[in-house]
Amino acid sequence: MNFSGRGQWGALGTGGFVLLVLLVFLVIPVAKVIYVAFQHPDTGAFTLVNFIDFFNTSLFRESFYNSLYVAAMSVVVASLIAIPLAYFTTRFRFGAAALIQTLGVIPLIMPPFVGAVAMQMIFGANGTINLLLDEYFGFTLPFMEGLNGVILVEAIHYFPFILINLSASLANIDRSVEESAQNLGSYGFRLFRRIVFPLAMPGYAAGAALVFLKVFDDLGTPLLLNVNNMLAPQAYLRISSIGITDPMGYVISVILVGFSLFSLWVSYFVTRGKDYASLEKGGGGLGKRELGPWGRLGAWAVVLLILLIVLSPHIGLLLLSFGTIWSFSVLPDAYTLEHYREVFSTAMPYITNTLIYAGLAALLDVVLATAIAYIVWRTGLPGRQILDYLGTAAVAVPGVVLGIGYLRVFHDFQVPLVDEPLASWWVIIVVALMIRRLPYALRACTAALQQVSVTLEEAALNLGAGRFRTVRRIVVPLMAGGIMAGFVTSFATAAVELSATIMLVAAESDAPVAYGIYVYMQTAAGRGPGAALGVLAVLLVGVATYFSHRFVERSREVAEADRRLAVAQGA
Amino acid sequence: MNEHASSTAPPPARGVRTGPRAERLVIEGLRLSFGDNEVLKGVDLTIEPGEFFAFLGPSGSGKSTLLRAIAGFGPRPAGRILIGEEEVTAKPPWLRNVGMVFQSYALWPHMTVAKNVAFGLEERGVPKSEIAVRVRRALELVGLAEFADRRPSQLSGGQQQRVALARTLVVEPRVLLLDEPLSNLDANLRVQVRRELKQLQRRLGITTIFVTHDQEEANTTSDRMAVLEEGVIQQVGAPVELYDRPANLFVATFLGSANLIEGEVIADGGARLFSGRGGFRFPVADEEEEGRAHALFRPQTVHLGGPPGSAEEPGFFGFSGRVVRAEFLGMLVRYGIEVGGLELLVDEPHEPDRPILPEGSEVTGRIATRRIRILRA
Repeated sequence: MNFSGRGQWGALGTGGFVLLVLLVFLVIPVAKVIYVAFQHPDTGAFTLVNFIDFFNTSLFRESFYNSLYVAAMSVVVASLIAIPLAYFTTRFRFGAAALIQTLGVIPLIMPPFVGAVAMQMIFGANGTINLLLDEYFGFTLPFMEGLNGVILVEAIHYFPFILINLSASLANIDRSVEESAQNLGSYGFRLFRRIVFPLAMPGYAAGAALVFLKVFDDLGTPLLLNVNNMLAPQAYLRISSIGITDPMGYVISVILVGFSLFSLWVSYFVTRGKDYASLEKGGGGLGKRELGPWGRLGAWAVVLLILLIVLSPHIGLLLLSFGTIWSFSVLPDAYTLEHYREVFSTAMPYITNTLIYAGLAALLDVVLATAIAYIVWRTGLPGRQILDYLGTAAVAVPGVVLGIGYLRVFHDFQVPLVDEPLASWWVIIVVALMIRRLPYALRACTAALQQVSVTLEEAALNLGAGRFRTVRRIVVPLMAGGIMAGFVTSFATAAVELSATIMLVAAESDAPVAYGIYVYMQTAAGRGPGAALGVLAVLLVGVATYFSHRFVERSREVAEADRRLAVAQGA
Repeated sequence: MNEHASSTAPPPARGVRTGPRAERLVIEGLRLSFGDNEVLKGVDLTIEPGEFFAFLGPSGSGKSTLLRAIAGFGPRPAGRILIGEEEVTAKPPWLRNVGMVFQSYALWPHMTVAKNVAFGLEERGVPKSEIAVRVRRALELVGLAEFADRRPSQLSGGQQQRVALARTLVVEPRVLLLDEPLSNLDANLRVQVRRELKQLQRRLGITTIFVTHDQEEANTTSDRMAVLEEGVIQQVGAPVELYDRPANLFVATFLGSANLIEGEVIADGGARLFSGRGGFRFPVADEEEEGRAHALFRPQTVHLGGPPGSAEEPGFFGFSGRVVRAEFLGMLVRYGIEVGGLELLVDEPHEPDRPILPEGSEVTGRIATRRIRILRA
């Protein structure tokens, strides 16, 4: 479909505005950060001296290696968790399949830094597991020592990215592809290694790259576990203690962005031209195999163990939020509602702020995303793809980097009427959240739009509706499910964002829940209320995620019904 | 490995097993259920060594389930499956050495054509040097030697199918199973491929089972076939035998258009008569038992024309009726003729100088009664 007349100008105006927003709040801040990293601190000339300084400082070198190590090991541990779960649930008739696929997503609804302290209580040197190990077997394991703790927390939090992507890939493997290998004499682990896993590789690589990227960029978890010799914490500490003129924060930012892009490129490279799912036609679809009695027992044992580990942050957080004192003991000494009372009496501003920030950010996200999706997929506007690229590119920008960029660029910009620098006005937090979560909303809205047949729009145009009326009366209502899902996903993940937020919160009264939890968790006495606030945050995100899922399901059903209708009509 | 096969007739494929070792396949009392749903309800069948055998039936008849059971896929059946002297009923698929070509071909997209073909040999621990030779021969056998380094996605549907065939044949299976092998091919290619399949099967002499829902495919390729419906074999025999002498109504109608007249066999003195709707009344063999029955005759056994009365010769049943429909199908014209409230299908060969009877024409016609078959079920 091509625009003509008025519609073309409408699209141009909308597209131009969206482009402006993305330029001002994404491209310019990130470009500024990169620019400063290559700028001599005194003369302002182009230089590599900052990078040389960086690699000549042992702390930074160590931080660099630690970040790489933690990200790589998190991928390994997350894979160990995700691969068995994905394999058992997709390829076998297995009672727990639905349970696993549901429970497997639960870690994602808890921000990793929230679980970090709870994990200390369970896996730490004096935590539940080690106290029990010491009592019964006389040894302890350093689960949470230094980098181990970060790896464990991150792996448990992010493995669902691998689980979800890998499961989708595995589920797409035609039964006959596996059977033909069995027919030719292959079985068991060889079958998995030679046929099943290579075919699922694109999904695995996509998930693994995402885990690597997220862990490499994560600020909250190392901060809460007090592991500061990693890149993101170093960037934060340099900027917050020395100031926004210190070049090291910028150098680290460039490295963070570089590795984000690198892992996305690797994922793209590995998956390129390997859309195996579409090669098979006909055949039996997904065929699930039966497990023997021993196989079933073993599978259940593995799955339950993994689920227990995976749910331990939630269990720990619940115990912490209801416990009185929990120190050097397997479980808390006694239970109380006091922490929740404290949260409701003193921490309400955090919750109100969160609802406002995340709500506004998500609303702006779906408006932008719908506009971008429509312009990219339904108009002939030249250069329209740029909007899609920019909207998606935000995924490769770590929160720390965006935060530093905003501080640097908007510090000197006084907001009219408010008379405050934009960098410390609360609205900048909303903008940061909006930019960071735009990729999620964009993906949801694009998927929703692609489910709306162009013929439905053409029918409206044919009946005399103008372009704008068609979008408003036909396209947006049909996209409603996807838009809603995009809103809720953006909202839920924005509600617990910490890395950009922590840099942009100028006053405690402006702080959202994530920041509040971080502040509480800094002191031993604050752990209880912090955990209670964490539980509330998890509930908030959990409920939102549930609704998002429902919206997606419903819109998919509606789309499917529409498609059947179209087929029945011979469309 | 750099010489290419010449375009002349390929040499006999050494390394791919041929005739003498063909195995007999015996299936005894095979029952198989998916949960509460019994899909095979007692199948007994013997397939002779080197035979090209077809399982023919509509979808849901159990034909694919039966084929998969022979390969060892699906729920464990009750009953016995023997290949040669060996019972394989309880064996897992990877120990059966039964070659199966899947409907979707199931080529592994992450491997080259050569790697796909080599897979089964590698799993069997065949030495590398031998694998190279055998893979090359198998690809030559199907005429794809120069495609060895391609990916399956770079091949056409027909080529993919040949790769699937080479991949299966290279391991020298005892029995070759083909699951709807032509269903994913273009109509034009189908005729060519089915001829090639038959030639190849003849050359290798391997016992082959071919699953299809298309009676033309089964008729043209198979030595014998089994017609399945609702998990039961309805009839086994050579295609022409099943067409001409179907055992029951299902086989009769599934194998082609047929006129079926409801009625009964009655006693007429010492002789027997069929008496059915539309005034169909003619003598039948004395051995026919009295009772409800159907008279079956194919549209092409009816002949139109001739003056009224000439139809009343002994050995013929004559009728008069009215043309209600005429469909021109190229080599023949299919008429719908209303006779006593029934509509008969009548096929007349088409010739250029033979006009098509217009709708409403009054016609007479006759059928040789010996070509009418009496069916009970």
